[in-house]
Amino acid sequence: MLKINDLKASIEDKEILKGINLDIKEGEVHAIMGPNGSGKSTLASVLAGREDYEVDGGDVDFDGEDLLEMSPEERAQKGLFLAFQYPVEIPGVSNTNFLRTAVNEVRKARGEEPYNAANFMKEMKEKMKIVSIDKSLMSRSLNEGFSGGEKKRNEIFHMAMLDPKLAILDETDSGLDIDALRIVANGVNTLRDGNRSFVVVTHYQRLLDYIVPDFVHVLYKGKIVKSGTKELALELEEKGYDWIIQEVEGNN
Amino acid sequence: MSTVIENAALKNSALEYIEETIEAVPELVEVRTSAAEGFAENNFPSIKDEEWKYTNVKQLVSSNYAFDVKEAAISSDDIKGYLIEGVETLVFVNGKYNAGLSNFNSSEKVYINTFAEALNSDKKELLLENFGKHADNNLPFVGLNTASTTEGVFIHAKRNAIKEESVMILNVVSQSNLVIQPRLLVIAEEGTQISYVERNAILNNAEGTLVNAVSEVTIGERANVNHIKIQDEDQSTQLVTVTEAKQADNSVYDNVTITTGGKLVRNNLNISLGEHCEGHMTGLYLLDEKSFVDNHTMVDHKMPNSYSNELYKGILSGKSKAIFNGKIFVREDAQKTNAFQSNKNILLSPDAVVDTKPQLEIWADDVSCSHGCTVGALDEEPMFYLRARGIPEDQARALLTYAFAGDVIEKIKNEAIRNVVQRMVANAMGYPLD
Repeated sequence: MLKINDLKASIEDKEILKGINLDIKEGEVHAIMGPNGSGKSTLASVLAGREDYEVDGGDVDFDGEDLLEMSPEERAQKGLFLAFQYPVEIPGVSNTNFLRTAVNEVRKARGEEPYNAANFMKEMKEKMKIVSIDKSLMSRSLNEGFSGGEKKRNEIFHMAMLDPKLAILDETDSGLDIDALRIVANGVNTLRDGNRSFVVVTHYQRLLDYIVPDFVHVLYKGKIVKSGTKELALELEEKGYDWIIQEVEGNN
Repeated sequence: MSTVIENAALKNSALEYIEETIEAVPELVEVRTSAAEGFAENNFPSIKDEEWKYTNVKQLVSSNYAFDVKEAAISSDDIKGYLIEGVETLVFVNGKYNAGLSNFNSSEKVYINTFAEALNSDKKELLLENFGKHADNNLPFVGLNTASTTEGVFIHAKRNAIKEESVMILNVVSQSNLVIQPRLLVIAEEGTQISYVERNAILNNAEGTLVNAVSEVTIGERANVNHIKIQDEDQSTQLVTVTEAKQADNSVYDNVTITTGGKLVRNNLNISLGEHCEGHMTGLYLLDEKSFVDNHTMVDHKMPNSYSNELYKGILSGKSKAIFNGKIFVREDAQKTNAFQSNKNILLSPDAVVDTKPQLEIWADDVSCSHGCTVGALDEEPMFYLRARGIPEDQARALLTYAFAGDVIEKIKNEAIRNVVQRMVANAMGYPLD
């Protein structure tokens, strides 16, 4: 599904990713953990195509195609989804109109008929249930004045509507209380159908109690320094990141 | 004050036209003659005049125009695209009133008609008492309009009259290099409520039109007047407008000016406020290619406890240019004034230019005034967010600029008019609505 090979990226001449290797297969859930500033969000951004970052080396294969050659919209149309750490507030663009434009662009790119108004509403109603998102948020401006929890639910709702092959969740747990976290995690689990793959970027193990990963990777100073299964996350929760940092720095 | 402009072809041909037509409407001879004398003495402004520093009318005033109208056969089909559902319309073709194309209801309570009809009725005295008395005939473009006036539109709402339907004055031009000089006189008495629209339609590929329009608006106590200017001009049209609105106590005046093009557009909007008034000035200019638009606004707080709110937004691409100059006067007596002004611009091209200038003169000490202006590119973060959800770059840009314009369009209360403007703006931004 996604094969990252020696990916290097920088921003304003500052090297952030220093050679990432990752192989994500269909239906797998990979957690990327790591201390602040290790490059987790950069990895998510580079994969989604944020133009502030310069890719200095390596390649990324997404379903047989060169991901790094694609524009952000092409990536989305081919089935990559990024749930933003900080969903952007866009006054004047209604959640529904935006989503209809986005969904129909994605459908068009996949060779599917765009939804008419009725079909779209039906689809929306169904997918709203997944994150039990309030109907009133649909007619409001995109994320404008939404609470932190509403924003993150809205992200997962967008994901459900866009039906991606691979979803990257960038610190989706940040700023959520436990109830909101459960709702968001349940939404993700509902969409975990054995075909769709996930990359869950998080600082804390807490989210992984609810979205149980198949693999856990620790990112430190722009490299994956340790990989394991879900037990690695528990170990990190218990012991913090210091022991890994020591292990890495000791090796140098 | 003014500087001599050589080769003022417009002035010479205008004076000739005025002289030829001065007897056309006997009742107007006096006021026209007086305005013509002033016009003959004053020169058109140059960029040495502070008020015209950024708007050079040299080419405008030195071009040759026709004042004489050729016969024009315009059908209702030709203007269909300009009509708005539920909005009554007075149609002028090349400056001449066209009864066949017009469709409106004048009543005892809200009188709407041409100057010719009004002068032929019991409205004559009222018209003559007010025509040319509010706008400053010493200003060259106003003087030119007043001195040239043989026709116009008179709206008179009698005490407590309410007219639900909006009225549109549609100025059709079908002949190249023509000057038209629309004139509007509005008297909204105490407690009235009216709404009207001004719009131009250039047909038959007519080029090089000059529209020199003047509106005088008198708003009585507790009256509520809505005034919308739809300026979807083509790239060869030049447009100069002067709107002079005087508000009595407790009245509301709401002006919305939407401009989507024009070779040179200069709007002068002047409002003076009594006590406990609301004055709203809202504008949107959406420009591309070499369009040029200059919005000069002036709100004069003469009395205490009034509120003025100004919001002008611009979206510029190509080599277009916009000027915004917003003056707020708060006189010594105008305590407890609330005056707000905001001018926000998005530049979509490196060659687009905006000059924005707030000008506040405050003599009262207990007031709340604010002003702000921004000029910048479209924010990158929302662009990336939309694109990362699969929306192509062009469409994302159109969606965001359309959203930027949203709060201006929302100011238009009449739904049919708002829909027309919405569509017009969306089309101009390459984001056609379904």
